[in-house]
Amino acid sequence: MSQRMENRRSFLRLAGVGAATGAATGALAEANALNVPPWTREQGATAPGYGRPAPEEKLARYPRLPPRFPGATSTVTPLQGLHGIVTPNGLHFERHHAGIPAIDPDRHRLAIHGLVERPLILTMDDIVRFPAVSRLHVLECSGNTPWLGAKPDWTVQDSHGLISCAEWTGVELATVLAEVGVKPGAAWLLAEGADACAMTRSIPLDSLDGAILAYAQNGERLRPEQGYPLRLFLPGLEGNLSIKWLRRIKLGDRPFQTREETSKYTDLMPDGTARQFTFVMEAKSVITAPSGGQHLREPGFHEIRGLAWTGRGRIAGVEVSTDGGASWREARLEGPVLPRCFTRFRLPWHWEGGPARLLSRARDETGYVQPSREALVAVRGTRSFYHNNAVFGWSVGANGAVTYAA
Amino acid sequence: MRREALFSLTLSVGLVAPVAAQPLGIGRPATPEVVVAWDIDVRPDGQGLPPGHGSVRDGAALYAARCAGCHGARGEGAAAEALAGGQGSLASAKPLRTVGSYWPYATTLFDYVRRAMPFDAPQSLSADETYAVSAYVLHLNGLLPEEASLDAAALPQVAMPNRDGFTADPRPDVPAPAARPTDRTEAR
Repeated sequence: MSQRMENRRSFLRLAGVGAATGAATGALAEANALNVPPWTREQGATAPGYGRPAPEEKLARYPRLPPRFPGATSTVTPLQGLHGIVTPNGLHFERHHAGIPAIDPDRHRLAIHGLVERPLILTMDDIVRFPAVSRLHVLECSGNTPWLGAKPDWTVQDSHGLISCAEWTGVELATVLAEVGVKPGAAWLLAEGADACAMTRSIPLDSLDGAILAYAQNGERLRPEQGYPLRLFLPGLEGNLSIKWLRRIKLGDRPFQTREETSKYTDLMPDGTARQFTFVMEAKSVITAPSGGQHLREPGFHEIRGLAWTGRGRIAGVEVSTDGGASWREARLEGPVLPRCFTRFRLPWHWEGGPARLLSRARDETGYVQPSREALVAVRGTRSFYHNNAVFGWSVGANGAVTYAA
Repeated sequence: MRREALFSLTLSVGLVAPVAAQPLGIGRPATPEVVVAWDIDVRPDGQGLPPGHGSVRDGAALYAARCAGCHGARGEGAAAEALAGGQGSLASAKPLRTVGSYWPYATTLFDYVRRAMPFDAPQSLSADETYAVSAYVLHLNGLLPEEASLDAAALPQVAMPNRDGFTADPRPDVPAPAARPTDRTEAR
């Protein structure tokens, strides 16, 4: 093995991520004249039937916490290694509560009943016949970014990996509800999965703006862990509501008070009360490069890159600080800026080589500004578990190492 | 706030979809007979509870055989979370959220056991067994006496300590930074 390869591997180890990382951009020393490598001197391979990333690219999901049961875990997206706004299907975060069911799509059915005029059972072929829509949307678990337990060696995958963004295709829920005919008095629906916990959530009908019964993601049918063959997709709302492996929708006049919306996915406040039906994911942002575990190899130009999103419409702007919040600069938003979707932001930065503290602060088109952790904790304490959208910081050491810093 | 606020949500809702001029005619009718095996949800008012009954004593044996391995012999938690205890802890530095300390409705317990438990054999318990194990878990929390039994009439009547512990979503709940006062508008 050449010295150059060893250097490259140790650089990758320092970076803590695959070769795709954009943060540690220091050029490797090129003392020797360029040669003509073997891959230029022979014919290459043919493509496999279904393409795979290059063998050198090692991006992967992993469980955020060691699962208490093999069938109940969540795996996180490697945001530090991704570019643009779309998450590849194999890297989209996933959370399941009772394993990933192996569903025969020909035997899968969606039942829609309750307070409707024409209760229906639909096959997958039926569902694909309906007029379709395709939309780019972000999906975030409301448990993304733990309130407690931060570690200096956190990567952005550890801290923010329960979020991904994809193009979702399916039939609008409104189209299917029109087909069954919503009866007067209906105000909530129950969505139920076909997995081994028959996951259920109640959702008020006035929170369903843009809801999709999705059967495709980034152009191909859903992956099994994303709800194959059919999932509910509710843009801008906490991920758990987007019931996967969707088998049943029941309309009713009040919430059904399932386990997930009472004992879980409620936000415990310092006074012992808990907020219920906290659906919207508020504006949030994070810097993905430079980010935790990466390493700036040399002073000079570095582009600060990150992602911002909001459940309330579009991102209006993102400010970035490199001095721990003493001063802020407006980042450039990469268009198109879409509602309830990742927005990529970028800011050119000249690193002088000393310590720095990087923060990002998003605001959305409603005027809402991503709060500091102090402001958020002052209202909600630290035991609410869900919906932590606080400003988040990375510390750059004088040696270029990037670590988590509150 | 609290119950009244949540209930008002249900009254202020318009229809999501415009009324279809003509259905597209896709799908086949979902009669109650066809959906019966999937129609398993249970609401706090008891709607959806099946016929049958089960006692705390019957539930004790069932719990020991099917639940204690993960949840502990007395619901104190083991590999899976605690089902009992924690009453009075919610405002403390170490809140323990259990059926007794946190869950607002006893019907939710029946619904969840019926659809998702036991972990190694979901949807395998009979209605009587589900009533029984629900009764025992409520008994472990001091909410039912040892001689009690449950059926569709009795279960919704069980008084849950945290019944009124939930509030509606008040967000946005954090003031914007003072440096950007113009960003806060009533439109939020």
